[in-house]
Amino acid sequence: MKAKHQRLILAIAALVALIGAGLLAASALRDEAAYFYAPADVHSKGVEPGKAIRLGGMVVKGTLKHAPDGVTIRFDVTDGKATVPASFKGIAPDLFREGSGVVAEGAFDTSGTFIATNLLAKHDERYMPRELEGMNYDEKTHEMKAER
Amino acid sequence: MIAEAGLIALWLAFALALLQLTLAGFGLAGGKPELLGSVRPVAVAQGVLVGIAFALLITLFLRSDMSVALVVTNSHSMKPWLYKFAGTWGNHEGSMLLWVTVMGVAGAAVALFERALRRDTHMATLGGQAAISLGFYAFLLFSSNPFARVDPPAPDGQGLNPLLQDPGLAFHPPTLYLGYVGLSVAFSFAIGALLTRRVDAAFARAMRPWVLAAWVLLTLGITAGSYWAYYELGWGGWWFWDPVENASLMPWLAATALLHSVTVLATRDALRAWTVMLAVIAFSMSMVGTFLVRSGILTSVHAFAVDPERGTFILVLLGFYIGGALALFGWRVGAVREGAPFELVSRETMLVVNNLLLSVILGLVLIGTLYPLMTEAFGHKVSVGAPYFDRIAGPVALILMLVMAAGPLTRWRRDKLGLVARRLLVPGAIALLVAVVLATVAWGRIGVLPLLGLTVALSVGAASVAPLWKRNLRRTPLFTWGMVIAHLGCAVSLAGMACDSAFTVEKLAAVRVGDTVQAGDWKLRLLQISPIAGDNWTALQADMEAVRGGGRAVTLHPQSRFFASPATATTEAALLTRWNGQLYVVLGQEAEDGRWQLRIWWKPFVTLIWLGGVMIALGGALALVGRERRGWLLKWRGRALA
Repeated sequence: MKAKHQRLILAIAALVALIGAGLLAASALRDEAAYFYAPADVHSKGVEPGKAIRLGGMVVKGTLKHAPDGVTIRFDVTDGKATVPASFKGIAPDLFREGSGVVAEGAFDTSGTFIATNLLAKHDERYMPRELEGMNYDEKTHEMKAER
Repeated sequence: MIAEAGLIALWLAFALALLQLTLAGFGLAGGKPELLGSVRPVAVAQGVLVGIAFALLITLFLRSDMSVALVVTNSHSMKPWLYKFAGTWGNHEGSMLLWVTVMGVAGAAVALFERALRRDTHMATLGGQAAISLGFYAFLLFSSNPFARVDPPAPDGQGLNPLLQDPGLAFHPPTLYLGYVGLSVAFSFAIGALLTRRVDAAFARAMRPWVLAAWVLLTLGITAGSYWAYYELGWGGWWFWDPVENASLMPWLAATALLHSVTVLATRDALRAWTVMLAVIAFSMSMVGTFLVRSGILTSVHAFAVDPERGTFILVLLGFYIGGALALFGWRVGAVREGAPFELVSRETMLVVNNLLLSVILGLVLIGTLYPLMTEAFGHKVSVGAPYFDRIAGPVALILMLVMAAGPLTRWRRDKLGLVARRLLVPGAIALLVAVVLATVAWGRIGVLPLLGLTVALSVGAASVAPLWKRNLRRTPLFTWGMVIAHLGCAVSLAGMACDSAFTVEKLAAVRVGDTVQAGDWKLRLLQISPIAGDNWTALQADMEAVRGGGRAVTLHPQSRFFASPATATTEAALLTRWNGQLYVVLGQEAEDGRWQLRIWWKPFVTLIWLGGVMIALGGALALVGRERRGWLLKWRGRALA
């Protein structure tokens, strides 16, 4: 086989691989990328059940409850404008508590409860989920205020 | 005084890097070849000075000098000495100083030990190394001075992030950085070869040991980091597709491709332009990773601080170096002559396919990592996590593994498809057998990808030792052993990953003291919960008893730790390692009714993941020693005769 032909074949293989990879990435990103929603966005835009998203806000005081099995918790998430009920089965992060900021990964079930598969709590002053930047928590009223 | 001395050493190193670049530049292009004699001593001096600066920063941390801002914000006098020491690089400024230290010391090593390279290429390489160091010195000196003082001195420090207070911190970041930044040498080699128009087999033979060394350390660093995250974060996972993990994976993928293409260039004199391109890409990926991490632009457990100004600085450096190198490549690639030809069925082609697949994975990981940034520009906050990466990287990696099985069984230059197929008969039969057995035994219970993974792992394992078949093992060269062990390591690691995702048993329970939980074959009993105290923390510790079958009871002590400075809590998982897996226990919170949350995993053969990683690194080390030993022996004999 001529060297030119061989180069052509390799170049075509490379091109096919690259285009294939691009298409693969595009379709995977469309399905799997998780959009960030604040509770107000959930109410205004709506999220279809089962679609993986990230829900961010503050845990409303007085709503954190343990289920009888001891490992499931239920709580409400708010951004000051709207509130969404959520539940999580597992060991919550140490800094997860009422009044603290949280980003929950998961999806809504058909009843409108957010089923979190993972909770990211605010670690300390130096580490904070980026999505919660620009949201301030009012210590007195226990309300989230979004800066827009 | 120590801080000032450190700052002076850093400035001097900066000045020497400038001098090094100037000497090399004028010596090579300015018609003053007599200047070239000074390049090597200057490079060595630069390496020594930046090493001193780094040693002085370590000293400041060990002495808990609370008049230094960095020590105040990241250390505490009550911390155990190991964490004072390792805390030196557990922050932004310190880790960047470690970065330039590795770069300077690597440059000094190239000046001292590189003998195979032509002199002009050698000098151009050292010039290139100085040029990239300069930017990072400037970054430290102008925007991240690690030696800045505070006035008045603070009474005590704010402490180190407790997640980092682990012996892993002493090993993982330095190893990773050695590999990461060691790739800068390959980058400089590429620049040097392009500038002096010397891209050929001799150049590749000179570059190969440096690439191998960096790659071995990078592999070890990633493996250690994975195990560290596994036991420290308490989520039971060993890879989180965190942007920072991706930042270390991307240079590794590029370096793995480079490692294989540089071998083709060294032994067969083919793939000239592509090898140079990969050398540029590998270190570019290290720099992209640094940008992602150090700018704090992506959410990550590794992000120390969010500072847009620093991010911009690194972005400018990045654009300058990557853009410059690519421009140089475009300008000079025409001068790179075509290499030796090879047939379509040959080991060269196999390695081209290997490179192609590695590049595809690299591209997919890069897209996934940067996608959130791209969408944020349009006002959407998006995160791309494990579902994306598993779905795209998994299948491509499996295909890559199959090519890896066939590659070493294919001859250089030309081979026959039928012959390659015949050599793959035994591994192929094993694959078929495993697939059939697994499918009948566990169909529906385990996913398709883990099933494929196990099948591929076992057949690739068989194929990777096949090159030793019917060979005199004593006469087999060390680098062939290296290849076999590294490829076997890939199979071992893949087997661990597949077992973990296929057979892991997870149990989440709330129990009272005295209660028993069943997880897989294990029975665990919570004996008591008691408070204990360490050097700079207090904890609630569970005493638990684990029994499997009729075996002896083993005690486990998962903890929930509280650190006073900074005020943080961490979970310390309890691990019990057996030959066929690991028991992983995490203690959660106490519910209102007095029950304790426990999360328990039994992970069959999970340890194979890291064993495989160590084997891959060991294979690389053997190949390095095997290739270099002949040179050492010759040199040693030469000296003995003289």
